[in-house]
Amino acid sequence: MTPGQTPSQTVGPFFAYGLTAEQYGYPFTSLFPPRVAEPRARGEHIRVTGRLFDGEGKTIPDAMVEIAHVDAEGRPVTSRDTAVASGFRGFGRCGTGTSADQSFEFHTIKPGVAAPGTAPHINVIVTMRGLLVHAFTRLYFEDEAAANAADPVLASVPAERRATLIAKRIALPEGVEYRFDIQMQGPNETVFFDL
Amino acid sequence: MDKPLPTSLPTPRDWTSHSPYIHPDYRSTVLRGPKRPLLPIKAHMADLAAPVYGHEDLGELDHDLTRNARRNGEPLGERIIVAGRVLDERGRPVPDTLVEIWQANAAGRYVHKVDQHDAPLDPNFLGAGRCMTDSEGRYRFMTIKPGAYPWGNHHNAWRPNHIHLSLFGSTFASRLVTQLYFPGDPLLALDPIFLGTPEKARERLISKFTLDVTEPGFALGYEFNIVLRGLAATPMEK
Ligand SMILES: [Fe+3]
Repeated sequence: MTPGQTPSQTVGPFFAYGLTAEQYGYPFTSLFPPRVAEPRARGEHIRVTGRLFDGEGKTIPDAMVEIAHVDAEGRPVTSRDTAVASGFRGFGRCGTGTSADQSFEFHTIKPGVAAPGTAPHINVIVTMRGLLVHAFTRLYFEDEAAANAADPVLASVPAERRATLIAKRIALPEGVEYRFDIQMQGPNETVFFDL
Repeated sequence: MDKPLPTSLPTPRDWTSHSPYIHPDYRSTVLRGPKRPLLPIKAHMADLAAPVYGHEDLGELDHDLTRNARRNGEPLGERIIVAGRVLDERGRPVPDTLVEIWQANAAGRYVHKVDQHDAPLDPNFLGAGRCMTDSEGRYRFMTIKPGAYPWGNHHNAWRPNHIHLSLFGSTFASRLVTQLYFPGDPLLALDPIFLGTPEKARERLISKFTLDVTEPGFALGYEFNIVLRGLAATPMEK
């Protein structure tokens, strides 16, 4: 018998020099930088950006966002050797404390379809001061309307809340960006899942 | 190092062991914790892959916070060893999993630029470290005992001595961010973050002093075992 799950605690406001050191300019290496895919990685290169908002609509400057997703062919990254060889790591971290507007910004590739009948998506973990248990959500893509309509997880979400999971596609001269704002509370509270 | 996909579903998060999202005594939760119930999700195996990394990603001194940021001498404060095992709920070790830690220095000051506490920085101490568990789930850090520090939650609020930890475990679902406390700390009874955890689970957050981990003539030892969500006994349907 073990004593049961170790309780979760908040990441607090001072995680940056440990978990996202390079992004914040601290003298420590980062194992999971916001660049999830090197330029050589196969697939459509995209940026994933967004901001987090509290219950008063204020942006949150001290959150850490982690993303995880399959590669362009829909395969999960299950070995470090594969990640090094392909230039796609499958997992990244970004704090919201280094940009002027408190946004996070990942450089990655658009994920493929992991299982028939499901839509491409990115798994997202959010943690911050004031969050005693990390929150888990999913990012789906605005330009995958047909796949989204068939996706069983999206279908399990009440229709009026589905939009909180759909990232907006913005075509910019420097490339395609998907914008995914996360509302911790309020009338448009993002759907969080009990994964 | 290969991280094969799980062969069965993760055991559920035991919400009776974790704090609620909204815990008003810890003021920041009031506007930041989700208010609507979490929705259930049927995860596909590809979504349960844990991040990949290996021993080669770690620096030689990453596990030793008393040496990994030295500039002109040793960091000040009480040297301690923090060691233990990472286990799943059935008591099986979680091998080759990353344990990341960060903490204040002996004076209760974080290197973080936003920390305005009027206590000295230590030029020889960063306060960040990491290591991977061995084949039996064991991990070990050498560090400096962190000091208590004041915070703005309420009048005369002080955080107990603590070390922050971040773990992944064997699947994406076993992610855990937590804090380790020290036995006998009088601030524990007053700390809204610690007290957010249901009473029956609080002692799991407190390390144990033990001579088994203590190094004679050098550093006191604290044992802290960590239990992550594991995999259900029933294999996943194909
Ligand atoms: Fe802290």
